[in-house]
Amino acid sequence: MSAIEKVSEPVSDELALVQSAKGGDVGAFEELVRRYDRNVFRIAQHITQNREDAEDVVQDAFLKAYSNLEQFQGQSKFYTWLVRIAVNEALMKLRRRRPERTVSLDEEVKTEEDSLPREVADWSPNPEQQYTQAELRDILARTIQGLPPSFRTVFVLRDVEGLSTEETADALELSIPAVKSRLLRARLQLRDRLSRYFQKRESGDGKQ
Amino acid sequence: MKCSEFLNELTNYLDGALDDRTKAELEDHLAWCHNCYVVCDTTKKTIEIYRDSQLYELPDDLRSRLRTAIVSKCHARKKTGPQEV
Repeated sequence: MSAIEKVSEPVSDELALVQSAKGGDVGAFEELVRRYDRNVFRIAQHITQNREDAEDVVQDAFLKAYSNLEQFQGQSKFYTWLVRIAVNEALMKLRRRRPERTVSLDEEVKTEEDSLPREVADWSPNPEQQYTQAELRDILARTIQGLPPSFRTVFVLRDVEGLSTEETADALELSIPAVKSRLLRARLQLRDRLSRYFQKRESGDGKQ
Repeated sequence: MKCSEFLNELTNYLDGALDDRTKAELEDHLAWCHNCYVVCDTTKKTIEIYRDSQLYELPDDLRSRLRTAIVSKCHARKKTGPQEV
């Protein structure tokens, strides 16, 4: 079972909380914070790759949502609307930290890793068990860091947070084909890079 | 189905978004093409490893500190009215 809790609260209950918060009930808004702060933090840290920036994004995104609740019309889920705000805040942080590089969700990135490799190395069974939890987290963090921000954002929303393709497109203001194309490339690039750590060895215990 | 066609459909396949006919063609391809089988299997594993990784969990003390800060700023904003962040 997934260790990450999925967002599956009833929408009607959530709309009632949003309505109360719009009416000035900070307690109702606090419940929304409690519901989604862990998700926003994960998304923010995946995009910014920086702990302090991720903390700022959590605060800024929720405050921006609170200040602009009137603009939330309920056409999408509150969570999708919140994710859109959080992704924008996170990208702004990233741009400030890396002004020399343009950071955009629209960037087209061509890499050689997109084509199907001729020789594909199979992985050991249960490859993640070759490493301690701390080693594994380090491998996963370093591997996803190497992806362009536009790829890792789509991967995190779709595959880690469990948003649907439509919700991801909505949150990122991208078309559905654009989400699918980035998702495929992100998945394949991560797979390729993880193979360095997880592939079957001729001998030894599989560690590098 | 060719390997390149398999690759184009991989995301839809893993997301269970293929019609029965394309799914059957893809599975037929996987039955004889070892490379594509490995790519499919390890891509699925990649997704599962990230999903279950607990990477970037919000620690309880930080969580409570952030929530306190957010709530107190919301109260302050309520007194002064809406403003741009």
